[in-house]
Amino acid sequence: MSNLAFSREYLDRRSFIELDARQRAKSLLDAGTGRELAGPFDRIESPWLAIQGVTPQADDGCIVIRGTIDSRQTVVIAFNGAFQGGGIGEVSGAKLTAALDLACRDNENGKPTSAVLLLETGGVRLQEANLGLAAVSEIISSIIALRRYAPVISVIAGPVGCFGGMSLAAGVSSYIVMTPEGRLGLNGPEVIEEESGVEEFDASDRSLIWSIFGGQQRHDQGLADVLVDDDADQIATTIRDLIVKGVPAIHRSEQVDLYRSRIAALDTSTQWDPSLVHSLASSHLVRHNFSEGGGAAEADDK
Amino acid sequence: MEQFEFSYPARRKIQKPAHVGVVGSGDLEVLLEPIESTTALVRVRTSVDGFKNTWKTVLDRFFSQYDGLVHIEINDAGATPGAVSLRLQQAVEASEA
Repeated sequence: MSNLAFSREYLDRRSFIELDARQRAKSLLDAGTGRELAGPFDRIESPWLAIQGVTPQADDGCIVIRGTIDSRQTVVIAFNGAFQGGGIGEVSGAKLTAALDLACRDNENGKPTSAVLLLETGGVRLQEANLGLAAVSEIISSIIALRRYAPVISVIAGPVGCFGGMSLAAGVSSYIVMTPEGRLGLNGPEVIEEESGVEEFDASDRSLIWSIFGGQQRHDQGLADVLVDDDADQIATTIRDLIVKGVPAIHRSEQVDLYRSRIAALDTSTQWDPSLVHSLASSHLVRHNFSEGGGAAEADDK
Repeated sequence: MEQFEFSYPARRKIQKPAHVGVVGSGDLEVLLEPIESTTALVRVRTSVDGFKNTWKTVLDRFFSQYDGLVHIEINDAGATPGAVSLRLQQAVEASEA
């Protein structure tokens, strides 16, 4: 029976979302190769939270692990969405930037090194707002410097998703991998409701949220390159394939004219709903990176 | 946020540090490390004020059954006493695995 087969498959698979940030990072690396940099016992924690009455975390919610994927040098940077919503502070931002810059230097010294960002983040951490904003600009610069040499792959698995300034960081990465549970957006649902009213966006409507921000919609719009189930093995395979594929011929964020024309064509005189977003996005869809060759994303498109 | 320190008699050397948990709502992070001393030390930082006696009771009970010479740091975001005890046991298991 197909139902039985389905449930067997469902029960046997190893959820990626249920892993914590450190386990997620390790699940992608070749067994035994992971070495954590600036880990919890180094106690590089936020100096700003305690003075505002917020308990800090020893790794500031950012986990950096160097290792290999398919024997290729890779650094995996994972955000812990359970701590301050994965918010970027001075320390967590500096850890991410430094990890990317080290990878960039390795590439310049003839040692190819890719980066994988596991993004569970609401964006800038409000308790460190200015420093967090500065960190996001540094992160974006570092991604753009590194992506010339080696792919920078952003994974948005969920359940927090990727919002605010870090959605811009995801946007400049070489590839975006999402699960249907992942969400990607600049302003999150609560922010839109707060700013524009519940008529514009009802942040309590979960099906609305996922039909706008969710991985399926973002993939159908061409804003995410690969949609993959919440399966640690499938996600690891997807990332390995993208690292093997290497730097894309042209990055999504270099396609300024394409995206400008898509924005110009939008009719904002009527209220949009998810099906309208979907139909328009699909009709405009240009999947530039994957027009040739048998990459992971193309296989996933079927 | 409040911070407390406690110490307990201990004598057994432990081999490995352990790190478990997360400073997320209703949860806590435990860092457990070997210490060169004659007493075990615990530092607690908690986002919920006014529960020092409860922390002391939970830690008294934990150290009535554990004699590792350790320095424990707890970063707490409002975990219940049950959750604190489970995380402490998890840290011990991880350090002795």
